[in-house]
Amino acid sequence: MSETTITRADLAEAVYQEVGLSRNESAQLLETVLDEISTALIKDEVVKISSFGSFSVRQKGQRIGRNPKTGDEVPILPRKVLVFRPSQVLKARINT
Amino acid sequence: MTKSELIARLAEMNPHLYQRDVERIVATIFDEITDALARGDRVELRGFGAFSVKHRDARVGRNPRTGDAVPVGEKKVPYFKTGKQLRERLN
Repeated sequence: MSETTITRADLAEAVYQEVGLSRNESAQLLETVLDEISTALIKDEVVKISSFGSFSVRQKGQRIGRNPKTGDEVPILPRKVLVFRPSQVLKARINT
Repeated sequence: MTKSELIARLAEMNPHLYQRDVERIVATIFDEITDALARGDRVELRGFGAFSVKHRDARVGRNPRTGDAVPVGEKKVPYFKTGKQLRERLN
């Protein structure tokens, strides 16, 4: 299995190739897409991208953690975490 | 927010673009991520998060209704790790 890492530049290039806007505008639009998704999530909205997956925010309560080095108990404060649930289509694509 | 709402938002913010181009932009982004994961590649979007593929070994599962043991084959699952910046912005 390859170890390639795809980055923003690769996605922007794909948009450039596919849609024919300038490279600069393609990169800008990719950024806007990521910003819009982030903004919705920050507002606790669920983001559903059909045939890809959904992103949602889960509230986690406070719990007691431990400093693994010293063994001291430290409270882990309540926080929000992002959960990605892949769609059936995405799961199927990855296994074929 | 759904994919169509995202497309509508982008179209509104970019009145110079055709709706069908906006649709293609969004589709291309998610298709590229999907293709990369299907090849076993990682997709890293700094500040947002990283998509990768994790391997799950074969195991013996159970039918929760009957309790029967059923073999579950090995498989790959997509995984998303939230980027540092987004994680901080959520809190």
